[in-house]
Amino acid sequence: MTTTLFTNARLIDPAEGTDASGWLMIENGVIRDMGYDAAPPNADAVRDCAGKCLAPGIVDIGVKVCEPGERHKESYRSAGLAAAAGGVTTIVTRPDTDPPIDSPEVLEFVARRASEAAPVNVLPMATLTKSRAGQEMTEIGFLMDAGAVAFTDCDHVVTDTRVLSRALGYARSLGALVITHPQEPGLSKGATATSGKFASLRGLPSVSAMAERMGLDRDIALLEMTGARMHLDQITTARALPALERAKRNGLDITAGTSIHHLTLNELDVADYRTFFKVKPPLRAEDDRKAVVEAVASGLIDIISSMHTPQDEESKRLPYEEAASGAVALQTLLPAALRLYHSGDLSLPQLFRAMSLNPARRLDLPTGRLEAGAPADLVLFDADAPFILDRFTLQSKSRNTPFDGQRMQGKVLASYVNGTRIFGDL
Amino acid sequence: MTFPHRHLLGIEPLGPAAISEILDLADSYVDLNRRDIKHADALAGLTQINMFFENSTRTQASFELAGKRLGADVMNMAMQASSIKKGETLIDTAMTLNAMHPDLLVVRHPHSGAVDLLAQKVNCAVLNAGDGRHEHPTQALLDALTIRRAKGRLHRLNIAICGDIAHSRVARSNILLLGKMENRIRLIGPPTLMPSGIADFGVEVYDDMRAGLDGVDVVMMLRLQRERMDGGFIPSEREYYHRFGLDSEKLGYAKDDAIVMHPGPMNRGVEIDGTLADDINRSVIQEQVEMGVAVRMAAMDLLARNLHSEPAGVMV
Repeated sequence: MTTTLFTNARLIDPAEGTDASGWLMIENGVIRDMGYDAAPPNADAVRDCAGKCLAPGIVDIGVKVCEPGERHKESYRSAGLAAAAGGVTTIVTRPDTDPPIDSPEVLEFVARRASEAAPVNVLPMATLTKSRAGQEMTEIGFLMDAGAVAFTDCDHVVTDTRVLSRALGYARSLGALVITHPQEPGLSKGATATSGKFASLRGLPSVSAMAERMGLDRDIALLEMTGARMHLDQITTARALPALERAKRNGLDITAGTSIHHLTLNELDVADYRTFFKVKPPLRAEDDRKAVVEAVASGLIDIISSMHTPQDEESKRLPYEEAASGAVALQTLLPAALRLYHSGDLSLPQLFRAMSLNPARRLDLPTGRLEAGAPADLVLFDADAPFILDRFTLQSKSRNTPFDGQRMQGKVLASYVNGTRIFGDL
Repeated sequence: MTFPHRHLLGIEPLGPAAISEILDLADSYVDLNRRDIKHADALAGLTQINMFFENSTRTQASFELAGKRLGADVMNMAMQASSIKKGETLIDTAMTLNAMHPDLLVVRHPHSGAVDLLAQKVNCAVLNAGDGRHEHPTQALLDALTIRRAKGRLHRLNIAICGDIAHSRVARSNILLLGKMENRIRLIGPPTLMPSGIADFGVEVYDDMRAGLDGVDVVMMLRLQRERMDGGFIPSEREYYHRFGLDSEKLGYAKDDAIVMHPGPMNRGVEIDGTLADDINRSVIQEQVEMGVAVRMAAMDLLARNLHSEPAGVMV
C-alpha cells in the first residue's frame, strides 16, 4: 500500500464545479481522498504542485488511430504518446480505418495493438454497419463482448432510414451507444466549405449550415421511434441547437459533442486555402462558433472532442478541394480549449465537465472525475504558460495541426493513468 | 509608381491604383497591337510557360500572343495529357518546371486555389489564367479596359452581370474589380445560379431580367455551361433563354447606349441572341478579345519588372 499526495494543487472538480486550491491523495492507482484544508494527511510520497492545476484526465471520444491500414499516419504508440503529452488519459478510437473495425476479429487485433503500445487507456469503437456501407448492421453483440464501447459509421451518414432504424432498435436491446454524424449528405456531397460569402469568394463548393439541422432532425426522429442511446459526434451550427434542446427536453437519451476546432476556429481561418484548416464538417461562421461555445457553457452540448484525424503531408499538399480533411489534435486539445478559458467564455470546471466528466459518464466509465474511488487518471497543467506551437514537436506521426505557429497558453506538466506517471516529470 | 505585386493571382489583392496602372499600360499596348510591326522587347530573353490543366483555346492563345509580342520565349504545356495522368502532384509538377527557370508562369486549373498553392512553391511570377470557381483576373481586367474605352470612365457606372454567377470565376473577378472601382453592380439570374452569401457582396440581386437591366450602362453576359442546362440548375435551355437570354427586347430596358459584353465562347440562342451578339453598335465582344491581348501584355510586363528586384512593399 503506497500513497502519493499531491499538495498545493489547484483542484479542478467538474462534478462539483469547483476550482480551488487543495490536496489530493492517491493510493494504488485510485483516488483515496481529497480536501481543501491546509493540513493534508501524511503520505509515502509527496508531490508539490506549486499551485498548478490538477484535473481529471481527458476522455477523448472520436480519436482516429490509423491501425489497421495506414500506420504511417498514426500508430497506437504515437497516438498514445501524443495523448499522454496532451493530458488525454483515455482515447476512444474511431473505426473508420482501412479496413474498418466492423468485426470482432478486427476489433481484437486493435485491442491487442493498443494494450501493447499505448500508455493511455484505449477504448475502441466499432462500425454500426458493415464496411460503413450503410446496408447491414454489424455484430453489435459480439463486438460489445469484444470491448466495443460505442458504434458509429463516423462521417458516413447511414442514408437508408430503414437500416438505421433497425440498427438503433437492435442496439437498444443491448444498451449499446450509437454515435451519428448529423448531416444531410445530399447537400454536403463534395462540399469543402460552409455556404456564405467566404466560400463564394474563394470559389469553394459549399454546404449550407442547415444540412446539419436536417441530419439532426432525422436522427432525433429515428431516436424517438426506436428509443436507443444516441450521441451526436459534432454539433457545429447555431441552427441545430434548438432541435437538440427540444430533444433533450423531451427526455430522449441523447447527448451531443463538438470538436475543439469548431470551438476555436472559424471559416476565415482557411484564408488562402490553408488545407490544415480543412476539417469535416467544414469550419463555420463566427456566429456559429460563438453559439456552440455558449452551448458548451450551458451544458446543451455535453462533450468536447479532439476529432483527432492524422493526415500525411502528401494528402494535405494538394489544392484545397482535393486535399484530405481532418486535423491532429490530441496534443493541442487542452491548450486550444484553454483559449476559451482565457477569453472568459468557459471556466475550468466547465471545460473539464465537457472534456473529462461527461464523456466518461456517457460511456459509463469510472474515470473523468476527482472523487474517492475513481481511478487516478489525472492531468497536471499550467493554465497560463505561453508558447508558440511548432508542429514538428508533436508526438503524432502526422503533424497536420491548424495551430502551427500560433500563440498558445497552457502546458501539460504531467499525466497519470491509474496513478502511474505517463508523461512529464512531477 | 511601381506595381507592388509579385504575382497576379486574383483581383482581390489589387488596389484601385494597381488596377489603373495595368489598364493604362494596356492602353499603350492596344496602340502597339494595331500597328504593322507589333513588337516590343519588354520580355526579351524571358521564358514564359503556359500551363493549362483545363481546356482553353482563347485564353491560352491570348497569353501566347501577348508573350510573343513582347519578345518572350513562350512554351505551351498541355497538362491534361501529361504527368498529371501519371499521378504526379501539382506541387511536384511545379517544382519540376521551376527547375527550368521560367520567368512567367501562366496557369489555369480546375480547382479553386490551385494557382495560389503553386505560386507558393516557385520562384517566378505566376499569372492566374482561371482557377476553379475562384478568379480569372485577366478576364476582369480586359473587361474593365473594354468598358473604360467604350464609356470613357470606369466608375459610377451601372453594370449588370447576368447568368451563372455561382459557377463563374469571371463573375467573381468582375464583381471584385468593378466594386473596387466604385461602380454599381447588379447580378441577374435564377437563384439556383447565385452563389451563397451573395447578400454580403454589396451588390443588387435580381431574378427578373427586365427589372435588372433597367437603366444600366453595361450588360455582361456569362456563359452557361452545357452540363448545367438540364434539370439540375434550370428546367431547360428554352426556359432559360426565355427568361434570361439577352435579346433586343430585354436590352431595350437598358440605357440606349448600353454596351453588351460576353467573355466567350458564346452559346447563341441560350444566353444571347445571335443577331445581337453580332450587332457592332451594341456588342463589344470582339473588342474584348482585342483588349485581352493588350491587358495580358501589360500584366506580364509589370510583373517582369519586379522579377529580379526586390522593390520595397512588393506584395503577393
